[in-house]
Amino acid sequence: MKRRSADVIVIGGGPSGMAAAYSCREEGVGAVLLIEREGMLGGILPQCIHPGFGLLEMNEDLTGPEFADRLEKRVRDLGVEVLLGSFTAKLSYDIGHGTSVECISQRGIEVIEAPCLIYSTGCRERHAFEIGIVGDRPSGVLTAGTAQSLMDLHGLLPGKEIVVVGSGDIGLIMSRRFAIEGAHVKAVVEILPYPGGLTRNIAQCLEDFEIPLLLSHAVLEIRGKGRVESVVICKVDEMQVPISGTEREIKCDTVVIAAGLVPEVGLLEKAGVRIEPETGGPMVNEFLETSLPGVFACGNVLVVNDLVDHAVEQGKLCAKSVKSFIDGLLQRPTTWKKSIPGKDIRYVVPHLFSGERDNIFYTRVRTPKAKCGLLLKELSKEICIIGAKPSEMIRLNIKKDLLSEVKDNLTFEVHG
Amino acid sequence: MGAGIVGSAVARELTKYEEFDVRILEKESDVGWGTSKANTGIVHAGYDDDPEKYPLRSRLCSMGNELWHELSRELQVPVEWCGALVLAFNENDRRTLRELLSRGRANNIPGLELVGKGFCSELERNVSEDIVEGFWAPTSGIISPYEATIALTESAVDNGALIHLETLARQIVVKAGKVVGVETDMGFLEADFIINASGIFGDHLSRTAGISDFSIRPRRGEYFLFDKDVAFKVHTTLFPTPQPATKGVVVTPTTEGNLLIGPNAKDMGEDERDATMTTRNGLDEVWEEASRLVARLPPRNTAMRTFAGLRPEPNHGDFIVKAYDNPFGFVNCVGMRSPGLTSAPAIAKEVISLLKEHDIRLTMRRNWNASREVTPKFRTVPLYEMDELISSDVRYGNIVCTCEMVTEAEIREAIKRGARTFDSIKFRTRAGMGRCQGSFCLAKVMALLSRETGEPIEAINMKGKGSNIVQGPMR
Amino acid sequence: MTKRSLTCIICPLGCKIEVELSDGKVFNIEGNACDRGLSYAKEECTSPKRVLTTLVRVKGGLLPVTSVKTTKPIPKALIFTVQKELSSIVLEAPLDIGNVVMRNILDTGADVVVTRSIKKVQNYGFVLP
Repeated sequence: MKRRSADVIVIGGGPSGMAAAYSCREEGVGAVLLIEREGMLGGILPQCIHPGFGLLEMNEDLTGPEFADRLEKRVRDLGVEVLLGSFTAKLSYDIGHGTSVECISQRGIEVIEAPCLIYSTGCRERHAFEIGIVGDRPSGVLTAGTAQSLMDLHGLLPGKEIVVVGSGDIGLIMSRRFAIEGAHVKAVVEILPYPGGLTRNIAQCLEDFEIPLLLSHAVLEIRGKGRVESVVICKVDEMQVPISGTEREIKCDTVVIAAGLVPEVGLLEKAGVRIEPETGGPMVNEFLETSLPGVFACGNVLVVNDLVDHAVEQGKLCAKSVKSFIDGLLQRPTTWKKSIPGKDIRYVVPHLFSGERDNIFYTRVRTPKAKCGLLLKELSKEICIIGAKPSEMIRLNIKKDLLSEVKDNLTFEVHG
Repeated sequence: MGAGIVGSAVARELTKYEEFDVRILEKESDVGWGTSKANTGIVHAGYDDDPEKYPLRSRLCSMGNELWHELSRELQVPVEWCGALVLAFNENDRRTLRELLSRGRANNIPGLELVGKGFCSELERNVSEDIVEGFWAPTSGIISPYEATIALTESAVDNGALIHLETLARQIVVKAGKVVGVETDMGFLEADFIINASGIFGDHLSRTAGISDFSIRPRRGEYFLFDKDVAFKVHTTLFPTPQPATKGVVVTPTTEGNLLIGPNAKDMGEDERDATMTTRNGLDEVWEEASRLVARLPPRNTAMRTFAGLRPEPNHGDFIVKAYDNPFGFVNCVGMRSPGLTSAPAIAKEVISLLKEHDIRLTMRRNWNASREVTPKFRTVPLYEMDELISSDVRYGNIVCTCEMVTEAEIREAIKRGARTFDSIKFRTRAGMGRCQGSFCLAKVMALLSRETGEPIEAINMKGKGSNIVQGPMR
Repeated sequence: MTKRSLTCIICPLGCKIEVELSDGKVFNIEGNACDRGLSYAKEECTSPKRVLTTLVRVKGGLLPVTSVKTTKPIPKALIFTVQKELSSIVLEAPLDIGNVVMRNILDTGADVVVTRSIKKVQNYGFVLP
């Protein structure tokens, strides 16, 4: 069993972790260790073969693997030490010494210590049981990411007659992939009365391929002995309650569940980090520091991002925070001010801020609004937002002079 | 016939004797895929079975409970003796508890006692506030029923039994009042003795041998399974006061630390013998009943999995464990509703007794091996031992199922022991049994199966013929 | 005279644009906030184009397929034909991002290039390092 140490440990080598790691080196941090459980870096990106990555970060429209490649080059060039095929089994924390992780790999067990740590493990997918689907349990029921990996990494066709559950971008993009590969997507079933993904994707993924979008519908039941044979769907009301009498069966051989992502916070939780129920990710302050000093979080584990560029931005912010932390310059106020999600706002991240610097806030509305005002209540300041959708995270850069005026709470609300 | 918990226990017992050349026939692609994998996994204490109404159940259950101590050690299948608490909510219930006490004493079950509300909450912090009394059965335990079935079968095979999977028995062939063999869809198999342990189809097969003095109906029970990390759990098995038809919806831990809730009891029709689907009403019923027993349950929509199993309910209520004079050589071990799992080792011994009663001479093998060799469950060993395992085989350092921390080495071992489908690997290693329900590891397990068996990856299926995971290579 | 409504995809504004067509020719465009939207709407109604991202089979690599893209948007109507052309190709590892799979595919002026590098391996064993 080996023991070793680093100046900072980064858990998870997806886009936010890679950005955090190389940015730490850019900031001047010495030994930066990036631990990744897969045999390659990139996180989910290597299987996201569609474009839309890097529009903000690199001013280019790249595919997932291309974007991952750019980040990986920086990781290598800037001298980050990368441990591949390395699984973090446990994260321990001690207020005096900082963090320690137990890492499992072909090299054996390594216990690695560092005064601080960046947690960028991403999410897992919500599966059929979590959305209340009952019935048989045949083969052919896959989450969208699994279908994507079978197809775009392993070259296998997940199904021929497919029903997709969920009209978020992941579901839409997979519908297009299925159609291009010759499968028949019979329907995309969406429980809300409006689609979850970008309008661009409705056009290019569904309309282009004449795939029906069934809004206000739910999948009740899956039928099939060996493999999927059909699904039973029904119409739902505004409260998402099934309307009896509207049940009908759609014959299919595959059900793809694209019902959302769940942050993988297990190790953080066990180490005692406070988790926010609204995001499912850790509670963080403006340094993206969790409730354990020196433990930072970025990327989808912190908040599910729509643009990889935001995940990268969060990684870079963690790196800056890590440098300050290591230099003993991380200035935490005596009391934090709280950002509060108000009317029609699902969450605001970070949850705590000092008011002593400019801050980037990430937020989402609960329901779509063609045009609305995002009100910072206690400041009586309203920001005009056009085309606000729950599926499009809003990024706000709020200046110090505004934030310093906040007493205790800053409530974010939707107006009009 | 039938590689469920009863069939495999009987097969293993038979391999102890020189006179027997044992073959196990199983219609599914792996063992234990009927009732055996979809039940509550309880090793019952034995207070519940009325010795007058159900003599076999009561005798074989208490015997089985005791036998599981030694058996679990021999097979290295963990049994956790966490006890059981039967809860009373009103005066009626309290009366029933007293009946259980006297019944249990009649069955010679040790340690049973009526306990007050205070004792119950000390025993189980999460117990409901509304209970008025409890019944404590310390000799009750929990076991992984599929792990047990796999272990029993491996032990039987290790001791010379042959197993034929994907082999459906259709007709027992009798000539001149004696069993001569069985027609299967893979051909005719000669046999002097046929032990019918075919579970849900027990009466169908028995009928082909000419024995039809009982019938079996499937009784469906639905379940919720929660991840190990949930905030609200229990540490002992909680039962409601039993009803005549069923022990009721149970809230119990599992040997792996999950929370298991269920089953309800819905009688299915004659031709609904594969109706293992879950239903909204069934799950609602289970949830409502379970909520009565505990103070807090995790949010329902965080359930990691819901599933259902069918129990073979015999029309007279008691097990049918019988060796017939006509046809000679035919033995029934059917109607294995609860406490079938508990009774399995005792049923095996009972079959031997019945055969001896039929003047069949039995000589014990000298080289019979009681123990089963197991590979370590990586996730359970201490850190330094993990390090040693990786030094011995680097594949212990490749975590394939990250939710349950299952290594490539364990998956390879399962494949070596015969696993060819995703579910076979799942039930042997726990890969796919975690919070992501196989999202992350499915592709990897398929790639491993393909690499180790030489099967093209697109041919890998989930649970046998007709359950292919993908629909071919892409182009 | 036919009318088509579409949502512009050029920028996040997502203007709702109304296009009037006569005999397949654009007669009038309304609703766009800029010139880029104007050209998008015109092209979308007369000769819609898309960037195609798909897969090509690979031999001797860490993965059995790699991802590719067209270097510029190609006529939407040709997508399945291009897909078919690419399905008869098997590339050999190692592959680098930018490797050209096919030049000027179906005379569209677009090349098809590799977007995911693939290492060469002795045995196919994607799973594990």
